[in-house]
Amino acid sequence: MTPPLSNAGGELLRRRLVGRVLAERADALVITGLGAPTYDVAAAGETARNFHFWGAMGLAAVTGLGLALARPGERVLVITGDGEMMMGAGSLATIANAGAPNLAILVLDNRSFGETGEQPSLTAGPADIAAMARGAGISTVRDCRTEADLADTIGALYTAPGPVLCVAQVARGEDQKVLPSWDGPHQVSVFQTAIGTRSFPYKPITL
Amino acid sequence: MDQHWSRDVFRAFKSGNIRTVATVPDGGLTELLNLCEADSGITVITLSSEQEGMGLLFGLWLGGERAVLLMQSSGTGNCMNALSLPAITQTPCLMLVTMRGENGEQNPWQVPMGQGCRPALEAMGVTCFSAADNADVGTAFESAAQLAFEDGKSTAVLVHQHIIGTKEFVK
Repeated sequence: MTPPLSNAGGELLRRRLVGRVLAERADALVITGLGAPTYDVAAAGETARNFHFWGAMGLAAVTGLGLALARPGERVLVITGDGEMMMGAGSLATIANAGAPNLAILVLDNRSFGETGEQPSLTAGPADIAAMARGAGISTVRDCRTEADLADTIGALYTAPGPVLCVAQVARGEDQKVLPSWDGPHQVSVFQTAIGTRSFPYKPITL
Repeated sequence: MDQHWSRDVFRAFKSGNIRTVATVPDGGLTELLNLCEADSGITVITLSSEQEGMGLLFGLWLGGERAVLLMQSSGTGNCMNALSLPAITQTPCLMLVTMRGENGEQNPWQVPMGQGCRPALEAMGVTCFSAADNADVGTAFESAAQLAFEDGKSTAVLVHQHIIGTKEFVK
């Protein structure tokens, strides 16, 4: 029997939600935003097709755009938090304007800065990332509030024409930290080798 | 008369297999951006803020594509923490920056970041190339591109205001 995806109050549990989403990833390429989304994805089991941010806050989604444009035949899934997405809010317009039919973004919205002591984030106030994404012109936007919304969310993330953005309202609170590699060149090497885009080491230039 | 530096840089895009150009535009980039827009082999991506360029270029590089970020000197100030990404991953981040706040600047609001541009970039580990004159920009760009793509460095070509000319507010 699978463990429940929600707590007693009906709130989605992020670690289990991410595990459930990634169980259906097939060959999707996954970019994670710094903090808990990096740990959530690592907890689901490391693969060479994950790239984890440990810093550079605000760049996860637009990195997904670059990867999606370079690899149009592959599904690219960005999994990030509400604070990280808010710092890159302008990139929602960049993404919508560029267009990327193979890009999907899952925002885990816990309405707090979990990594720094659970201070309330802007989505604890009136801000609504799904509405911002619609305003930016993102073609497919979903709110995922309960388990009942999950099938529709997963379908959108993997099969709807992108760019797709789903905001999952998840419970506050910290899960065990599961730490993937933070070695940048190593991560790049593993990822690029897995998808066949490895560029280093270069052939020497012949003069 | 020498041809405009934009043509030399554009030729280096083509010979260097740079197929994506990310930008927050600047007046000094007009000719280069027009050349890129007119070329079906180059995709121009407009950014809401220059820092997105670090993420976009990195994602493209992960996927096997070369790209460049074109911006005004003011925009480099928006990139500081984002430059951590190419630095820590040792991946290429190639930038071309048209300068404001130097020779004959008429808008004082352009001066602080124009003057701070090079030291700020260098503080984040970016190797800066300056072109002495119009004819030198293409060579500076090729050097910057080589260091970026062959050594995984962040590099920037600074195209100075005496090459571009000053923006006239009152004619």
